[in-house]
Amino acid sequence: MVDVTVLFFARSRELSGTSEARISLQPGSTTKTLMQQLLSQYPQLEELQGNFVFSLNQEYLGVDEEQQLKSGDEVAVIPPISGG
Amino acid sequence: LDQARYVSLVSEPAAGAIATFLGVTRDNFQGKATQRLEYEAYVPMAARKLLELCQQACGKWQLCRMAVAHRTGTVLVGEASVIIAVSSAHRREALEACHWAIDELKATIPIWKKEVFEDGEVWKENEEWRQQQ
Repeated sequence: MVDVTVLFFARSRELSGTSEARISLQPGSTTKTLMQQLLSQYPQLEELQGNFVFSLNQEYLGVDEEQQLKSGDEVAVIPPISGG
Repeated sequence: LDQARYVSLVSEPAAGAIATFLGVTRDNFQGKATQRLEYEAYVPMAARKLLELCQQACGKWQLCRMAVAHRTGTVLVGEASVIIAVSSAHRREALEACHWAIDELKATIPIWKKEVFEDGEVWKENEEWRQQQ
């Protein structure tokens, strides 16, 4: 199994009801597989579909970018940012 | 956020110019009265990205020193949520770098703000981020 940590921020945190989750995935899983898993586990995240990106180990991924995941990876759900 | 502290941090004998920017909570958004702003950050990533931002600024302009700070949690009307201070030998570099830095911060740093009104609240989305997507 591939065990990753998923962090939820802002609206995604409100919708999922949590700021952090440990997710176990099949070997060979990608960020796309993770997204499907998150939507099934936290259906309220549907509201953000198409309006967030992932970060992987603190680097942004492109909106359509798919990366393979490995155990220990830290993925964050990044809704549109609004600092400053 | 104490502006004097950040001015002091970037002061040095070789710096003939110090430019600062403060982002302050306004009392309204499109005519609707704002009660407060609430900020949330992906702290380790934001800290890392802010360091990169400063390093980028130092690469683009000849600067002496640079300091950036951003609050999290509740920021009331009239309070500053973000401060940028830049020093350089001559004024053009500090002024340009400071301007660039706040625009770049809004486009790239993983921080979110929720605007709280009397009758509701909304998570804001920076236009600068949209343009980068």
